Parts: sequence; C-alpha cells; structure tokens
Amino acid sequence: MPKTENEKGFVDVVNGRYKPKGVFHILEANQPIFNKDTGKLVGITNPRDMTYIHSYGGEAPFFEGLGKGKLIASRCDNDKCNTKGSIYQPFRIYCPDCLRKNTIIDMTDLAKTTAKIHSYIITHRSGAFNSLPIPIKFINVEFEGVVTILMSVLAVGEPEIDKRVVPIFNTKAPTYTITDLRFVVEGTSESELPEGFTF
Amino acid sequence: MIKFSDKQLKIPKLMRPVYLATVGMSKFDRAFPETRTEELCIQALTAAADFVNMTPSELKQYIHTCYYGHFADHFGDQLLGESVIHDRLGLDPLGNIGVKTGGATGGSTMWEAVKAVASGYSDCALALGWERMDEVPTDEGNHLISAAADKDWETPLGHIYTGYYAVMAQRYWKIFGKEEDSFRDTMAEIAVKNRGYARMNPYAHGPMKITIEDVKNSPLVAYPLRVLDCCLMSVGSACGIVCDEKTAYEITDNPLRIYIAAGSHTLRVADRRNMAIPLLPNENPETYKDLGKRFPGSDRYPGFTGFLAARMAAYYAYRMAGIGDPIEDLDVIELHDAFTISDIQSYEDVGLRHYGEGRDYIESGDAYLINPKTKKPGKLPSNLSGGLIGCMHAVGATGLMQIAEIGYHIWNRWDEIHEPQEKWDEFNRKKPDDWASLQVKDAKRGLAISHAGVGSHVTATILMNPNNLLKED
Repeated sequence: MPKTENEKGFVDVVNGRYKPKGVFHILEANQPIFNKDTGKLVGITNPRDMTYIHSYGGEAPFFEGLGKGKLIASRCDNDKCNTKGSIYQPFRIYCPDCLRKNTIIDMTDLAKTTAKIHSYIITHRSGAFNSLPIPIKFINVEFEGVVTILMSVLAVGEPEIDKRVVPIFNTKAPTYTITDLRFVVEGTSESELPEGFTF
Repeated sequence: MIKFSDKQLKIPKLMRPVYLATVGMSKFDRAFPETRTEELCIQALTAAADFVNMTPSELKQYIHTCYYGHFADHFGDQLLGESVIHDRLGLDPLGNIGVKTGGATGGSTMWEAVKAVASGYSDCALALGWERMDEVPTDEGNHLISAAADKDWETPLGHIYTGYYAVMAQRYWKIFGKEEDSFRDTMAEIAVKNRGYARMNPYAHGPMKITIEDVKNSPLVAYPLRVLDCCLMSVGSACGIVCDEKTAYEITDNPLRIYIAAGSHTLRVADRRNMAIPLLPNENPETYKDLGKRFPGSDRYPGFTGFLAARMAAYYAYRMAGIGDPIEDLDVIELHDAFTISDIQSYEDVGLRHYGEGRDYIESGDAYLINPKTKKPGKLPSNLSGGLIGCMHAVGATGLMQIAEIGYHIWNRWDEIHEPQEKWDEFNRKKPDDWASLQVKDAKRGLAISHAGVGSHVTATILMNPNNLLKED
C-alpha cells in the first residue's frame, strides 16, 4: 500500500542544514520464524522502513534539468588537460583526468538530433522498489561528440542497435530521479508518450 | 582515447615469495535457515586445518593478520560483520580488515593477504570470505544487488542489476556472436558443461544433468540470457592461508607458489572511454589490426564487449609469473562465469583466445577435462568446480572457492575433497551413480579469475607447484 501524506518524510535545507519533517520510519514488530517440521524456533523477521536523506551535490543541475526538459552534460575546458573538450554524459562534476571542475553545458539539442542506440536489453524482471513498467527496455545511448554512453530506458518503440532515438522528460510531475529521462524512437508522436512526459 | 603511463603499467613485484599453505570451504547452498554465518566460516577454517592435518587451534597459532571478504553488509543487516566473524573464529587480538570489491571480493581478499606476506608485515595471513544472501526475499535481494550500481544513475532504472549487465551481453551477442544459432548453442554448452561438472562436487548447490535444448528452453531473463545461462545466488564461506617460505613449509610439505594482480574499470559501463587494447604476452600489435573489419562495430575498446579490469589483471599477473601463453603454460582454470556470455568474453580478456574468437575455446573442446571431440585431455579445463553457474556464487567467498579448487588440482588431492561418501552424506546430498574424478592429471599451474559486476574489479590469481615455476624470483 502506498504511504499516505501523513506517513511520509520530507526535508528542506535551511541555513545550510537539513530540516526533516514528517515520518521517516514506521515501527513494525518482528515475527518469530519456526521450523514447521520440528516446531523449533529458527529465527525472527526484522521489518524496517527507513527514508534516506541524499544529496545530489554537484550533480543537482542534471537532475533538476530533467524536470525542465533539459539534458545537462559537462565538458572539460582545461587547456592543460590531455582530454580537453571531452563531453561527459553521464554528467561528471570533475574531469576524470585533470580533476578540474567541468563546465556545465546544455546538450538537449545535440541529444535530439544525434542520439542512437549503442546496445539494449529487454528484461521482464525487476527488483523491489522498481517504478518502471515491465518489461523494461534498457538502452545505452550514444551522442555525437560525447565520449561516454548513457544508460536509459526506451519508453516507446522497439530497440535496435544504431536506431535513432530522442529524449523525453517528465516535466509535468518530476521525481527528480534518473527515471525522469527516457527515450522514444524517432518519429514518436506526443500523444504516445507516457503520462507526464514531454519532448 | 585515454592512455596509461609507464608507471601505471609497471609489473607488480612481490618483495619475497608467497605460498598458499592450505585452503578450506563450507558447504554452499541457496539458503541456510538454521545455520549462522559464523558456523559456515568455522566450517571453512576447520576444513583448512584438516587439510594440513592440524587442529584449528594449531593452525591459528601461525596466523598473524586476517583479511575478510564480505561484500554486502545490507544483505546480512550487520555492519562490521568482519568483527563478528573474527571474534567467533577466536582470532583476537590480531589485526584484521574487511575487503569489499563486489563479485571480486574473494579474489581481492587474497590480494590483500598476499601483499601483507610479501611485504614482510606478516609471515602468515588468513584470507577468509563469506556471503549471506538468504535473509531477504529475492526481489529485495535484486534491489540490494542493484545498489552496487550507481545509485543515482542506474539503480532507479528497474532495481535489477542483470539489466545493466545484459546490455553488454547484447552487444557482444550482436557484434562477435553475430546472432548465430551456433553461438547461442555455444553459450548453452557452457551452462551444460559447468552444471555437469558441479554434479561431481558435493559442495555445489546447482548441479544438473541438462542439454543445450534445456538451456535454450529455460525461462527468459533478458534476451539472449535465460535462467540456465545465469549464475547461482548462494550462501557459504571459503578461505586460504598464505605464508612466507619458512612458515609455509612448517605448515605443510607441499605449499604452492601464489602470484596475484588486480585491475579495475568504471562502475558504470556508461563511463567507458576508448583506448588501445593493452596487449598480453601472446599478442602483438598486428593481432587486432583487422578486428573492426572482421567484426563490424567492434571498433571501440573495451566498449561493451570486453572487460578492461580482467585484461589488466591478466596483463600484470602473467608478467609477474612469467606466463607467455595461458593455454600452453596453465593446466587448469576457474573463471567467473556469472553468465554464459560473460564467460566467453573473459576468455578473450585473459588471452585464452584473441578478442572476437572466445567461442572457439569451448567449441574446440579445450575447456573440457576430456575434449569431447578428440576424447583426449582438454588443453585447459575450466570451471571443474561447476563455477558460479553450477557450484555457487556466495560473493565474498567465490574467489576464494576458485583458488581452493585450483589448489586441490595442483596438490593432486581433488578426489580426496570431492569423492568421499561421508562428505556427500554430511551435506545431505546424493552422490551421483556415475560420479567420476575430475582431477586434472599432473596439474602444475592454474589460474583463478575473480570478477566484480560489470567489470569494476578483477583479480587474477596464479598458483604453481614450486618445482614448476616459469620465472626466477
């Protein structure tokens, strides 16, 4: 059962400190485990419901950008770096070579015009806490001039290597997680997009 | 294109020879509802003592430092689990430390123990690993495993690690396997082989007598991988004890020389950048000149089709130990067969075949104890334990189980460990009527590969009979 608003935990940052409010864990009693054959005690269950407070730190612009329909990447502009000019998606706060801070760039248009599938897999299984519809069509997306290959999911269409895809964004009810970004095959119409998503 | 410096590519050197004196394993199973983790660890250490005709108390007198491999604290719901085990093994007040490198945790634990002895800090070190993966339901287990991927960029995508891994399998399947039915059969053959070998192993919990068709008809996990293409999820413990020369010969008349090296690569496959292929001793710059022509789409290295960490572990370890050609110089091998297709990929990373030609290692029959085509001994039998597919994958113990199994062959004591009816009875497992010895005759040298996830960490452990070294110290 989804939690009610009264059972959820919320956090703000005020004056540089976390200010939690609401409910961050719900107590549930443990239960004994018996061996049905011998009638003897074997162990106990340890139910636990917790909410973590997690900082995106320097990656926050990427996750905030998704809800605004933008694909934010980063680029090393350090003249002294051997790999200057490399564009990173996944977004990297620092260049992995010179460890200088990368420049934040908007690569939404680049993604719309050059994204294609490098590899893919369709899985009918998921782990606990999955929020994506099953089967999940995992895709790895290449972009022209980007040195890395982003992992995402294909929301509309069938995956094939080298097939052109375009990004879509959960702009109407962003979760501020990586699931706010998905891709669809080129030519998909707005009406086919999952609820809450736009080009 | 990224490059490595000469300093980064320096061949590791042990400051003094290190020996493997003894090894031990617990029973492995999917779940132990009535056994605590420490009971399994004590089983493993007691087995190591038995192996050198000592009591556990006698063996413990030699140990100076302890290295514990236990990957997933959250599975067992116990932080500092290493301290619990250390206490229950009665090894206080010795210094100890926990090691965590995903699926390579077992190998990495041995890596740390070997370095402690090589440096002179300890004359005798214990490497012991375990994993407890039965304390949550399977779907929560899948989530916990997926937490070993990047928690912001990958885990929310399905909470299913297999998905992050299988995209590499898909690319290999298309580029190098060319989606051929024959390649699919070769993948299945690995599952048949390893599960078949597991039938001779009382420690194994995934033995099966199956056919290629059975594998191809098993439920789909993520195309092209099916249930029988995938490794087990296990609970259990394994250990090894390494020493300097003097101490090793005090414990046993027959210690083995041990060399070990490690490599790494990006946690997210997304972050892999292009580079030149680091060459093994049995390769040269010409080897891969026309790779892209023969396998269109293979122009990226390592791309999604190779494991750089495995390649680097082999790159360092082969040169440390003087291995020129692994097929010629080694007699037995244990590979990290998490999935049938990744097993094929790793044949190429560790140089059993050149990149693009991994399938031939199986198809030629080289990977079998007895080559099914020639009926003669296979050139380099692999995963006679059953591997991760047929024996177990109790993460922190896996790499140590592999090292133990290679050791049993070189010690020529494989039968003693796997044959006795009492052991099958003790583990409540039925010994097959057609049980047969898998002892590799005259085994002198072996290799164990311990591998994490999509290739973030890999270790290569080489064991040798000290009378059959390939390189002077």
